[in-house]
Amino acid sequence: MKSNYLLEIGVEEIPARLVQDAVNQLKSNTENILKEKRIGFENIKTYSTPRRLTIIIENINEEQDDLKESSRGPSKKIAYDEEGNPSKALEGFMRGQDVTIEDIVMEEYKGEEYVFANILKKGKPVKEIIPQIVPEMIKSINFPKTMKWGGRDFKFIRPIRWIVSILDGEIIPFDFEEIKVSNITRGHRFLGSNNIEINKIDEYENKLKENYVIADPEKRMDIIKMGAERLVRERGGNLQKDEALMDEINNIVEYPTPIIGRIKKEYLELPEQVIITPMKEHLRYLPVFDDRGRLMPYFITVRNGDSNHIETVIKGNEKVLGARLEDAKFFYEEDKSKKLEEYVDDLKNIIFQEKLGTVYDKVLRLQELGEEISSHMEVGEETENNVKRAAYLSKADLVTKLVNEFSELQGVMGSKYAKLSGENEIVSLAIEEQYLPRYSGDKIPTTTSGLVLSITDKLDNICGLFAVGIKPTGSQDPFALRRQALAIINILIEKRLNLNLSELIETSLYIYVEKNGLAFDSNKVKEEISEFINIRINNVLKEKGIRYDVIDAVVGKKINNIPDLLIKSEKITKWLEKGEVEDVIESFNRISNLASKYIGQDVDEDLFNEYESKLYNSYKNIKEIVDELVREKDYDKALEELVALVGPIDEFFENVMVMVEDENLKNNRLSILKKIDKLTLEICDLSKIVIK
Amino acid sequence: MYFQELMLKLQKYWGEKGCIILEPYDVEKGAGTMNPHTFLRSLGPEPWKVIYVEPSRRPDDARYGENPNRVYQHHQMQVILKPSPENIQDLYLDSLKEIGINPLEHDIRFVEDNWEAPTLGAWGLGWEVWLDGMEITQYTYFQQVGGINCELESAELTYGLERIAMYLQDVDNVFDIKWNEDYTYGDIFGMAEYEHSVYSFETADIDKLQTLFELYEEEAQLAINDKLVMPSYDYVLKCSHTFNVLDARGAISVSERTNYISRVRNLARQVATEYLEQRKSMNYPLLKKEDEKDEE
Repeated sequence: MKSNYLLEIGVEEIPARLVQDAVNQLKSNTENILKEKRIGFENIKTYSTPRRLTIIIENINEEQDDLKESSRGPSKKIAYDEEGNPSKALEGFMRGQDVTIEDIVMEEYKGEEYVFANILKKGKPVKEIIPQIVPEMIKSINFPKTMKWGGRDFKFIRPIRWIVSILDGEIIPFDFEEIKVSNITRGHRFLGSNNIEINKIDEYENKLKENYVIADPEKRMDIIKMGAERLVRERGGNLQKDEALMDEINNIVEYPTPIIGRIKKEYLELPEQVIITPMKEHLRYLPVFDDRGRLMPYFITVRNGDSNHIETVIKGNEKVLGARLEDAKFFYEEDKSKKLEEYVDDLKNIIFQEKLGTVYDKVLRLQELGEEISSHMEVGEETENNVKRAAYLSKADLVTKLVNEFSELQGVMGSKYAKLSGENEIVSLAIEEQYLPRYSGDKIPTTTSGLVLSITDKLDNICGLFAVGIKPTGSQDPFALRRQALAIINILIEKRLNLNLSELIETSLYIYVEKNGLAFDSNKVKEEISEFINIRINNVLKEKGIRYDVIDAVVGKKINNIPDLLIKSEKITKWLEKGEVEDVIESFNRISNLASKYIGQDVDEDLFNEYESKLYNSYKNIKEIVDELVREKDYDKALEELVALVGPIDEFFENVMVMVEDENLKNNRLSILKKIDKLTLEICDLSKIVIK
Repeated sequence: MYFQELMLKLQKYWGEKGCIILEPYDVEKGAGTMNPHTFLRSLGPEPWKVIYVEPSRRPDDARYGENPNRVYQHHQMQVILKPSPENIQDLYLDSLKEIGINPLEHDIRFVEDNWEAPTLGAWGLGWEVWLDGMEITQYTYFQQVGGINCELESAELTYGLERIAMYLQDVDNVFDIKWNEDYTYGDIFGMAEYEHSVYSFETADIDKLQTLFELYEEEAQLAINDKLVMPSYDYVLKCSHTFNVLDARGAISVSERTNYISRVRNLARQVATEYLEQRKSMNYPLLKKEDEKDEE
C-alpha cells in the first residue's frame, strides 16, 4: 500500500521574491532526506502562496527500505576456539552487532579468513519516521535574511503560525518550536475561513479554492495574465513582457483579481520613464502600451481578493499613483529649471569613493581617458569632441532631484536633460548609453560616443578600485566590477573592436596618479587588473563553447585584441575538428621546446647542411603566405600552410643533431627553429593543445 | 473620522489589549522608534506593551507647506508588543476595522520591507502594509537594537496617521485633514511647516549647529560615563536631530555623513549597553511583575 503525505507550513507573508525558491528548496531537500532515510516515493508536488509552502509526497512507501549491511569481525583464528566453538571475541562481536550465530559468515579479507556479520536493519514504518524528519525538512530551507520571534531560538524568513501534517487522512504530529501541528489550515485572510479541516489530501487544493486561495502558482498566473490581457485589449493596449515583475505580483496574492486604473492626463507630459519607474519599482503596476509602443494612460494592478468593492480599490490606487507622479513631476520641473551643465559643479560635493575623490574628479578623468580611447579607435574629431562633452556631462544627473529619488533613472534623465539643455543628439544619447549593457544580454551602446564612454567609465571604475585595493573576492563584489569587466569584453566582441587594453589600463592608472595624486604599486596593480580581465575573457570564450585547451593556446595571458582571440579560437577549433593533427602538433612541440633555448643569433645560410636548407627554404616559402593569412584572420588556413613544414621538420630531426658542441652550429640551428616557432605563435601556442 | 478621533480609537483599542497609553517623549526625534519607550524597552528579557503618538520631525521632508503629501513633522501612532503575540497580524487588522477600514472593501497587503535605522544600530524584518496601494503602516519584528541582539523580540506597528486620515476623510491634501469639526491640520500646523522649512533649508547656522552637535555629543558621553542612561539618551536624540537639520541644510557630504551616523550610533550603543546592565542589576523588575500576574 502506498500513501500520500502533505506538509503545509503556514507563514506570515513571505517576501514575494523568495516564495518560489523557498518551496523549490523544500522539495529538493525533502527528496534528499527521503533518499537518505531509505523511504521510497514517486513524486513530490508543490504549492505555494505568500502565506504557505506546501509539499505533497505522492505514493510514499509505508515503510523504510530494509538495510543490508555486512560488518567485519575478528579473524577466524581468533573467532573460534580449538573445538570450533565461538570464542569470547566472537561473542562480543555478535553482541555488539546485535546478531546471532546464524548471521555469521566467513569471508576472505587480505588473504585471511574473517567472520562477517550480515546485518539486516528492518525498515521502520514511515509514520514513525516522519515526525523525526519533518523538522529537519523545514529547517533546511535557506533564506538570505532570517528572523526570530516570540522568544524562540529558531529563525525563519517570517513567523510560522501553523503547520498541517497529514498522511492520507491521519494527522502526523511532531514537536516544532511549540507551533501547532494539525490538519487545520487557513483560507484567504479576509474572504476565507481560518479553520479549514483537511481530511483527505486530494481535497486540499479545492478546499483552499473554496476559501479564496489559489494554491497553485501557475493557476494564479493564468488568472492574472488572462484577466490583465482582457482588460488592456478592451482598451486597445498591450502589456510588455516582464517576467520578473509578473512573478513578484503573482507571489504577493493568494486570490488574484486584475484591475485597471487610469493615469491622469496632466502627468502624461512627463517622459515615459519617469512615469513607468515609480509605477513598476514602487507600486508593482504594469504599464500599458499601444500598438506603436507608446505608453497609454492606464495601469494594471492585481488585487488580493475578489471583485467586490473593486471601484474603491481602483480609486485608492489611482490616488496613490497620482501622489507619486505629483512628486515626480515636481522633481522634473525643478530639475529642468537649470541647464544640465550647471549641475556639474555640484558633483564636487559627492564622493565617488573615499580614496578616489569626488564624482567631479571622476568626470575629469573620464574626459581624459575617453580622449585616449577615442584616439586608439581612430574615431575622428567630431566623435572625439562628442565623447569629451558627454563625459563632462555624464554624471550631472546624479545631483538632480529625480535621479536622487529614482536612482534607476541615472543616465536616462541625464540624456533627457541634456537634450532639453540644447546638447546635440549624440552627446545626449551617449549619456544614457554609458551604463549599457547593464546586465548580461542587455543592449550595447548604439553610438560610437556612447560606446567609448561606456568603456571609459567601466575601465575607470576597475582601475581606480583595484588601485586602492578594492577587488572582488569570493561573493564580495560591491562595485559590480566583474559585471563591468564582462560588459567591456562583450562590447568589444560585439563591435569587433580590437583595443590594446593593456595600454589603456596603464593610461587610466597614470591618470589616477596625475589627477588624484594616488600612490600605489602600479606594476602590481596593472598585473592584477590584467589577470582579472583575462579570467573574464576565458569565461566568455568558455561560454561560447570553446575547448579549454584551445583557449589556453590562444589567450594565454593576453587581454588585448579580444575579438581576434575569439575568431582565432573558432578557426583553430575548426582546424582541429578536421582531425589528423596529432603529428603536426607533435612536430611543432619539438620545435617550441628547443626554440626556448635560443639565445639570439641571426641565421647564417652558409653554415647549412642539406636538411637545414631544406627546412629553412620551406619556411621561407610559406612565411609570407602565413603572414598574409594571419593578417586576413584566416587562421585555420594559416595552420594548414604550416602543415607543409611537417615533412622537412621530421627529416631535420631525424638527421640533424641540434645541441652539438660547436656553439656556432648549435645557435644557427636554434635560430631556424626560433623563426618557425615565432611564426606559429602568431597564430597560437600549439603546445597547449591537448592531443587525445 | 476626525484626526483626533482616529488617535483616540487606536489608543482605546490597544489600551484594551493591555498596552500602556503613553504621551509623546519631549525631545525632538525623527521617528517613534527613537522614543526611549521603544528604543530602550525593546532590549533585554522584560515584556513591554505600549502605545503612544509620536510627532516626528524630518527636516528633509519639509516642503514649505506646499506639498500635499510631505511635511516637516508628521504623527506616528506607535505600538510595541514585546513579545509579539501569535495572533498579532489579526490584532492589527482588527485595529483597522476599529477605525473604519473594512478589509473586505479594500486591498490590504503585506509588502516586504526590511527596516533599518543605522543611527540607532537597529534593524528588523517585516512589511509595509498597503491599503489600496498606499503604505499606511510600518510593521517590524525587531532583531537588533543599539547593535545588540534582541533577547525577546518586539513587534513594532507604526501607523502613518496623516495618510490614514487623508484616506478616511477622502482629502487630497494633508492640510485639509479635519482635526475636529472646526479645525483643519493646516490651521494648526500650516505656519509651523512653512517656518521650519525656511529654517531647515535657509536659516539654520551651519557652524553653530556643528558646534551644537559636538556639545551634545560630549554631554551624552559625560552622562553615560556616569551610567546615567536617560539623560545620556536625551542628548543622543539631540545629536540625531541636529544631524538631520544639517543634512537638510545640505551641509553634510557623503563621506561626512557616514562619519556622523557612526558617531550617533556609537553613543546609542553605549546607552543600550548601559541600560541592559542597569536592568540586570535591578533584577529585571518587569519580569517579576509578569510572574506575579501569572500566579494570580
